[in-house]
Amino acid sequence: MSDEVSIDQEVYDRLIGEGKSERIARAKAKAASVRKAKLAEGATLGPRPAEQAAKALEEFRANAGGGGGVATKTAAPADAGGGGGRLTPEERAARVAASLGNGGAKEPASMGVPQSGDHTHRLLALVPPAGIQQVQAKQQDKVYTWPHLLLVEFVSLLAAGSLLLIASFFLDAPLGSLANPNEVPSINKAPWYFMGLQELLAYFHPMIAGVTLPGVFLVALMAAPYIDKNPSAKPENRKVANMAFTFFLTFWGLLVIIGSFLRGAGYEWVWPWVQGLGFTL
Amino acid sequence: MANKDLKTTVQDNVIWKSIFRPGSIYRKGYRDTSRDRALASMNNVLYHLHPVKVKRHGLKLTYTYCLGGLSFFMFILLTVTGIFLMFFYTPAAGAGTEIAYLNMRELSASVTFGQLVRNLHRWGAHAMVFTVFLHMARVFYHGAYKPPREFNWVVGVILLTLTLLLSFTGYLLPWDQLALWAVTVGTNMMGFTPVFGDQVQFVLLGGVEIGPNTLLRWYVLHVLFIPFVTVIFLAVHFWRIRKDGGISGPL
Repeated sequence: MSDEVSIDQEVYDRLIGEGKSERIARAKAKAASVRKAKLAEGATLGPRPAEQAAKALEEFRANAGGGGGVATKTAAPADAGGGGGRLTPEERAARVAASLGNGGAKEPASMGVPQSGDHTHRLLALVPPAGIQQVQAKQQDKVYTWPHLLLVEFVSLLAAGSLLLIASFFLDAPLGSLANPNEVPSINKAPWYFMGLQELLAYFHPMIAGVTLPGVFLVALMAAPYIDKNPSAKPENRKVANMAFTFFLTFWGLLVIIGSFLRGAGYEWVWPWVQGLGFTL
Repeated sequence: MANKDLKTTVQDNVIWKSIFRPGSIYRKGYRDTSRDRALASMNNVLYHLHPVKVKRHGLKLTYTYCLGGLSFFMFILLTVTGIFLMFFYTPAAGAGTEIAYLNMRELSASVTFGQLVRNLHRWGAHAMVFTVFLHMARVFYHGAYKPPREFNWVVGVILLTLTLLLSFTGYLLPWDQLALWAVTVGTNMMGFTPVFGDQVQFVLLGGVEIGPNTLLRWYVLHVLFIPFVTVIFLAVHFWRIRKDGGISGPL
């Protein structure tokens, strides 16, 4: 059997002529050719007439009754009372079971384990109400990521990239003379982001300034969400947290600034406008 | 007209369609409708980062200043420029054969764009430390570390530490006086770690003082080990943003 369906060229050309898209014209022309082929075979198209449907239902009931299905037997009296040309739920279940291959005369499959040769998956499943997750989120004011968010991100990326490129074009990264372990430079500083620690070294023993304090800071920083139990995110409700963090940032910033700009040879206090800037990025 | 024909020829073929999934803005027939906007996110690799829709207030530049995104951009930029620099660099600094330092001189003197790329790498590194730091401050002032985002804040602090370590390990690589002595200040501090001080210092230096072994060690840490760990934590960080309900707020 071939899956290829020929298309009705005449219909196709007419639809293209009317300005329909290629996809729609092709689909309609295909349908037209299928209709034509069925008419040629003498089949009647369109929905089945009522009496024909009633006859098919009658036939199905007779077959199901002959087969001895339990469900159809119990359903028969109810159907006789109610009448009408529709399947009762029991009949429908029997029909589904029959089409799945384990209804009627066959033995019912045990505990849903598929018999060999049967399909091992079904496309339908019954989800019990308990299995449905209730989502209780409020409706939020949202916009599409594309284009809104992605455009903002793209522009900020371009801006940052260009700034950096311009800076790199005009400012060269420093490169001192060859490393010499025997020659200690007069100004000896860590990178700026560690200057806070180096400044602390001027006041405390290295074990406190270099290891213990930064360790405590890091752990405290990580623990912040577990310490701060205040559920509000509004600035007016969290003055203590904001104050504490601002104090921490200011303290750290001050140490970095002092260490970077106000310390000179031998890590002595200097004024940059007197002895120059002892700072390299 | 000719322009449109060219566009159709490029877009309406098997190869193009196999590259750009349905809904892609580069695919023929993209229309600016809700459906196609949703598909543009859903059928894109960026779906790993962004959901189809985001909270409107998060778009305001003054809410995030894009600091997290810019930190990630700096990380990408540093990876790209770093790979370029690796082509011209040997982490060798034996006495009398300081190839690392010679490479730095050659990089600025005779490699095309060498100096520019090195500048980008250096300033980019400082910029990344700065943006990561500001990102942390922004998140704190918005109370964005509160439940359910507590753990993502912890991941963020780890990423800040990793950023500092990346920058600090890179600081040694030029092997000039600046690098050697700045790093000496740092590693001397590590030697004061309680109980295991000497051992920690020995492992990090590959000896009792900074030398060729230290350079090799820090090079491997800088170009391989710490970036690897960072990428893993970045993945968790980004994934948790979405799982915790996207951007925090509105306040």
